[in-house]
This record gives sequence, structure tokens and C-alpha cells, in this order.
Amino acid sequence: MQFVQLIISGSAQGCIYGLIALGFVLIYKATETVTFAQGDLMMLGAFCGLVLMTILGFPFWLAVLCSIAAMAVFGVFVERLVIRPVLGQPAFSIVMLTIGIAYIARGLITMVPVIGTETHTLPVPYKDMTLRLGELVLAYEHLVVIGATALLCVGLYALFRYSKIGIAMQAASQNQIAAYYMGIPVQRLNGMVWGLAAAVAAIAGLLLAPITFVHANMGFIGLKAFPAAVVGGFGSLPGAIVGGLIIGIVESLSGFYLPEGFKDIAPYIVVLIMLMVKPNGLFGEKLRKKV
Amino acid sequence: MRYIFKTDYEQDIRIVKHGGQAFWYSLLGVFLLLSPWLLPEYLLAQLIFVLIYSVIGLGLMLLSGFTGQFSIGHAAFMGVGAYTQAVLTNAGWPFPLAFACAGGLSGIVGIVIGVPALRVKGIYLGIATLAFGFIVEEGMARWESVTGGNAGMHVKSPAMFGWTLDSNAEFYFLCLAITVGATLALLNLLRSPTGRAFVAIRDSEISAQSMGIHLARYKTVSFALSAALAGIGGALYAHKIKFLSPEQFSILQSIDLLLMVVIGGLGSVHGVFLGAIFLITMPQLIAMGKDYLPESVGQSPGLQAVVYGVVLVAFVMFEPHGLYGRWLRIRTYLQIFPFYRAGMFKRQKAFQKSDRLK
Amino acid sequence: MSEPLLSAQGLTVRFGGLVAVNNVSFDVQRGEVFTLIGPNGAGKTTVFNLISRIYQPSAGGIRFEGEDLIAQPPHAVAALGIARTFQNIELFEFASVLQNLLIGTHTHRRTNLWQDLLFTGTTRRAEIHARQKAEQVIDFLSLQRHRDSMVAGLPYGVRKVVELARALCAEPKLLLLDEPSSGLNVEETDDMAWWIQDIQRDLGITVLMVEHDMSLVSKVSDRVLAMNQGEVLALGSPDEVQAHPGVIEAYLGSTDDLSSLRRTTA
Repeated sequence: MQFVQLIISGSAQGCIYGLIALGFVLIYKATETVTFAQGDLMMLGAFCGLVLMTILGFPFWLAVLCSIAAMAVFGVFVERLVIRPVLGQPAFSIVMLTIGIAYIARGLITMVPVIGTETHTLPVPYKDMTLRLGELVLAYEHLVVIGATALLCVGLYALFRYSKIGIAMQAASQNQIAAYYMGIPVQRLNGMVWGLAAAVAAIAGLLLAPITFVHANMGFIGLKAFPAAVVGGFGSLPGAIVGGLIIGIVESLSGFYLPEGFKDIAPYIVVLIMLMVKPNGLFGEKLRKKV
Repeated sequence: MRYIFKTDYEQDIRIVKHGGQAFWYSLLGVFLLLSPWLLPEYLLAQLIFVLIYSVIGLGLMLLSGFTGQFSIGHAAFMGVGAYTQAVLTNAGWPFPLAFACAGGLSGIVGIVIGVPALRVKGIYLGIATLAFGFIVEEGMARWESVTGGNAGMHVKSPAMFGWTLDSNAEFYFLCLAITVGATLALLNLLRSPTGRAFVAIRDSEISAQSMGIHLARYKTVSFALSAALAGIGGALYAHKIKFLSPEQFSILQSIDLLLMVVIGGLGSVHGVFLGAIFLITMPQLIAMGKDYLPESVGQSPGLQAVVYGVVLVAFVMFEPHGLYGRWLRIRTYLQIFPFYRAGMFKRQKAFQKSDRLK
Repeated sequence: MSEPLLSAQGLTVRFGGLVAVNNVSFDVQRGEVFTLIGPNGAGKTTVFNLISRIYQPSAGGIRFEGEDLIAQPPHAVAALGIARTFQNIELFEFASVLQNLLIGTHTHRRTNLWQDLLFTGTTRRAEIHARQKAEQVIDFLSLQRHRDSMVAGLPYGVRKVVELARALCAEPKLLLLDEPSSGLNVEETDDMAWWIQDIQRDLGITVLMVEHDMSLVSKVSDRVLAMNQGEVLALGSPDEVQAHPGVIEAYLGSTDDLSSLRRTTA
């Protein structure tokens, strides 16, 4: 039974990693830039919800929707202001830029007098509720995470498969100049991709908040999402989720069955094994430059 | 722009290109030699840190700036060097021997980490180095019998053949000598076939291979040298700081190192030193400016993060060639005034085309 | 007839379900200029990539100077005496032209890491020797005014010449030129033709070339191989191949198609 519990809680954590990784992969597919800011966008999303619920007194659902919308707008804003001017620079520089954005987000949030460096609780309606299935005790928080992630995946799949915007995003990601010629507003789409990634991060933050509480250093969890993206294969959206699940479950199991300290580095050991055995990840594409 | 009329291959090969450079670098050399007597103790201590971080920065610049290999976990090498030096010095080993071991062990760890680097590129490599960084940091914390774990570890002063380097001035000269040596070695490397091979790997791996460059071998060498430099920097760091703990070599330290090379100017040796100066002076500047800011901003623990973040974003956006790039522009402006044209250093805009092939 | 310099036998390359090269065989004799022609997608650059060992053949083999080439890794090809240029120009963008050429001399490097770190006399002499060699190539291709320019800022025509120069710095026995005249104007193409002839006559280098410009092909080639959709169509002198009906059909379509292109109104 303990094993099953661990799998469930690991999956829930893994879904969070997967959602953040999903944000990376979306942005990577669109503009081949790697962003280290997703974790801190997640943190901002959680704080947004916190502020809306505790200070402005919004009801839960309204706060969630507004947070997601607000973060999406923020994502578009960041792309327009900071990312667009630097596209074309070496990848390394752009990564440093996103690290800078993450630093700014983390620093600024501690300056807001009400928030500071303390840990806050997000008042969700399903807090502390549990579901009993025979001998299993499942926390609602975990189930909501898994359920929401599944719904989101279905939604994104539909977006990319059936909608014009989704197809346009894929086109722009494969050959930007050809997309321009086809009349696709590439730059506006890039903005939308960032907005989408930020919205996904906000959802992740709101889902994570009941489990880990809301605090300024939440963004560091985003670092574990990188192994998730690599395990899944950096260009693959379903891969991000699968990678996240694998990392989450491995972490959960190693926390229980392995000696102390392994829990924190388990994701990184997994990623190193993956890079040695199958460098392109589980669903990744073969990177080969055509000469 | 100064025009150098070349009549001899030697002129091309020399490190110091012309009389003007010789003059200024000599002046710098004299200043550095006289520093213990010219500068107050506090500034001398900061200068020592600049030298230490420069050595580490030389290593990171070699790997990321010149060979184009992402390394997001470089503090791990620094930590390996620092702890090796600490353990051996505390055990009574003479300084040169401990130092060589610190560098050597870091170099070997660099080779180990470089092995996955041979199979992966770009961001995958970055993530691999990030992963290694975390694993090494955790290892240092867990291996308590050797490193003292999270409780930390004291480090004795460097000593050899009965002579202990206790004072700031003595340690300063040691650091200066090592920094100069490391810089010369790197400059030599860059003007030789090995250095060119590194640059070739950075710019186009496929044509580097067609030119006969053995990718695996050169990447491994680059990792080894880069790690060894970070290791000897770490060894000096251990002696300076006198007290080690694993969190000094965390991801935040790695990002500081990256900040140093990016803000200094990626791909230039000057950039390493400018970046190191930036890294050491920035906290002082923040501390000085704190009092002029409103309470919630000035006293917030996040102030340093915000300043670093803003500087990083600003540099990448407006001065991608870093401090050294900005210095080149200023110098060119002054040299060819009033003929300076605004677009002289402008980068060619590139349309992004996916390198990925299904 | 003496042993061919390069001998390809039954080369086949499959990318998943796509057969890019199908049972291609040809010989390149020492000292000749051998050209591969064919429509886009015919598999010509794929053959080059096989020789450079960037691709692995699904079947077939290549022998260079009698030795098996397929067993060699990509970085060993230059040491054997094969140098190439790339269709899409793969220069080292953030280095000067001279640096690019010096990297071209890498196979003839005689120093090891420690000698480089300490910049010993051996390294110094090796550097001077490498620069002398690079200067010879710069003179040959008249690149003097671009010697210290960064490649990234140079015009396309000059970059193609730098590609060629870099390959020559490797002092190869066999030079692979991938579409040397693509993107060049008439004068630049003329220059290229002279250079290819000089390379063959004065430097004694065998040239294997992929080309679309038929006048250049006729002017410099000794023999031509026509490919289409991965297969060999014809092999012979330039005139023979260009008159071959299969080649004409591949380029222009059959006579049926031709009539459909004709205007219906006067």
C-alpha cells in the first residue's frame, strides 16, 4: 500500500514537473530558446492566486482564472519586451537572459511588503480533504493535480492538432522565414507561445501551492523540470509530461527506499543515465544538421 | 584604429601586439606588484578575490566561450579543488603538492563529466553539467568523514618546507603568480593549433571534423583544462575563505560564474577579468546604495537578486559582447574620433531556421 | 589504367523509407576532374557526405587509395588526404579568414597539448610553417585584402572562395567541391573555373565536384556522372553525358511534357 501511495504522490509531483517542462518545450519548439524562467513564472502564478484570494477576497474559481489570465498576459509582455529583441543571439546568452528574468522575479516578490520571505498558505476548497479507497488514503491535492494535468494535455493536443493557431505555431517553429512568407505573424505567435507557457506555469503553481505552500523560493523546483524535459525528449510535448511523471515517481520512491540525500539527486542521476543511453530522450527527435 | 603594418609572421603570433599594449600592460604589472603597499588591507583582500575568480573564470571561458560547450554546473569543479586542497593541507601536505593534486583531481572530474558531453550538445549538455553540479554538491555534503558535511570544514594556511603564507601580502603574491601563469597558458593555447581547434568546434563541429579535428579528444581536453583551472581557483579560494561548506559551491555559485563570463564578454580573455571585477565589486556597490533606497526595497534580501537580474538582462539586450565589447567600442570611438560610425559593431540579424532534422 | 584514387561500389543509403542513394558505383582516377550532375534531390551531396563519413552507407563500400574508407571515422578523413567544401558554407563565422585557413592546416599539425600550453619553440616553428602554407593559398586565390576580416561580415562570393581556400590548406590529394559556383555571378564563376583548372594542373590535386552550371562542367571536367533520384544515369565525357537521352529527360522532362509546355495560342 505504501508503494501505491508513493506512486500517487510521486505522480502528482511529477505532473507539476511535467507542466513546467511543458512550458520549456513549448517555448523551445517555437523559438529554439531555452528558458530558465519557468519555475519563477510558476511561483508568480501561485502568488497571484494567493493575493487574489487572501487580500482581494476573490472566490477560488475566479482567482484561478484571473491568475492564469494575468500570467498569460505577463508572458506575452515579457516576450515582447525582453525576449524578442535578443532573438538571433547565441543560445547561451538567451539562457542567461532568462536566468536574469528569474532572478528579477524572485527578488521583486520578496520586496512586496505583505509577502516577504515567509511561507504562505493558499486557501483552496479541497484542502486537507482525502479520498479513501479501501486501504488507500489519497489526498485530494494530489488527485486534483493529476486530473487537471490530464485535462490540460487533452486541451493542448486539440489545440495543436486541430486549430489554426496550433498549426501555425508548429510551422513557425520549423522554419521561421518560410512561415513569414506564408503570412504567419511569427512574432505575434511567439508572444502567444510565451503567454501559453506562462499560463501553464501559473496552473502548475496553483496546483502545487497546496502541497508545498507558497514562498519566494518555489521557483527552484523548476530546476527539476529540466531533467523531466530531457528524459522525455526536449522537442516533445507528451514527452515532457511523461518525463515529469518518471522523475516525480523516481524521486518519491527513492525518498522512501534509498538512504538520505538520494531523494534530491535522484532526478539528476536519472537524467545522466538517460543522456548516456538515449541522448534524445524517450520521444525526442534526432538532432542532425543537414549539410 | 591603430593600423599595424606586419612584415613578419612573428608579429601575428606574439601575444603583445604592439608598443601601446606593451606600455599599458607593463604599467598594470607594476601596479599589481606594488599593490600590497599601495592598497589598504580591505581592497587588497578584494583584489585577491578578483584574482581567484579570474582563474576560475579563465577555465569557464575556455570551455563555454572558446569551445562553445555549455557548463551550468562549474562550481562543482571549484568545490572539488577547494575540498581537495583543504583536506590535503590539513593533513600536512606541502602547498605545491596539495595544489597540484587539487588541480589534477578537478581535471579528472572534468574528464568524467566531459564523457557525456561527447554525445550531447547545447542545452542537453547544459542540463548534464547542471545535474553533475547537483550531484557533486550533494556528495560533498554527504561525505562527512572527509568534508565535514554541512557543518563545514576549517582550512589551514598554505605551507611548504617550513614557510607558512600567513599574511595577506604573501598570499596575494601567490595568487598573482598563479593568475599570471594561468593567463599566459591560456593565451598560448589560443594562439596555437589546440586553441584554434577549440574555436572550430564552437563554430561548426561538422567542418571541424572535416578538417581533421578529433571532436571527442578536444572536447575532453577542454573540459579537463577548464575543470583543472576551476579546481586551482577553488584551492586558492579555500585558503582565502578559511572555512568551507558545500553550499558555497551550489547552483547559485555556478550562475555567478556564468554571470561573470557573460557580463565580462563571452569569448575574450579580457572579459574574464572585467567580469571578475564586476562580480566582486557589485555586492559592495549594492551595500553602498542600499541606504538611499526606501526601506522595503533597500533592506530586502531580494535586492541583490533583482540587481543581478537587471544587469544580466540589460547586458544581454544592449551589450551582448559584455563589458569588453563596450570597452572596445569606447576605445574605437576615442581612437578614430570623429570618424566613428554608429553601426560599426552591429551584429548581422539572422532569421532563425531550425537545425533539427526529422 | 592505374588504380583509381577513389572507388565507390554499390553505395546505398536509406533514411527510413527514403532511398537517397541506390547502388551507385564509380571510380575517380588520379589527377582528373570528375563531376557529379543531376537535378536537386538526386543524391549528389549525400554521396559527398558518405565520402566525408558524415553519413553511414546502408550498403556498399568506398576505397580510397586502395584502403577501405567506410571503416574510418569522420575526423580521420582529412588525414588520409580528402578535403571538402560544403554546399551551405560551413565556415567558422567568428574567426578571421586567416584563422579559418590555419584551422584548415590542422591535419599537418605536429605539436601536442603541452607544447602548445607552454608555446615552445616547436610550436612557434609549427605556427610559422602553417602561416606560410596559408599565405601560399591566399596568394593562389587572391584573398589578401580579406586576410584579417571576420568571416561573418564577408559577402557570399568571398565566403565561397574562403571555403575553397580552407580546403586547400589541408593539402589534400582529393578535393571535394560541393556546388562551387552556386550563388556566384558570371565573373566569379569564371574565376572559379580557372582556379579548378589550376588546382588540377599546378597543384596536382584530383577534384570531385558536384555542379549544376553546365558551362562550368563542360569547361573543366574530364568525366561526368549523371544521377537522378539516387541512381546512376550516365557516365562519360561531358558531351556524351549531356547528349544522353535519359539525362535530358531527367532535367527537361520527356518530349510529351515538352509539348504540354508549348503555348496553345500563337
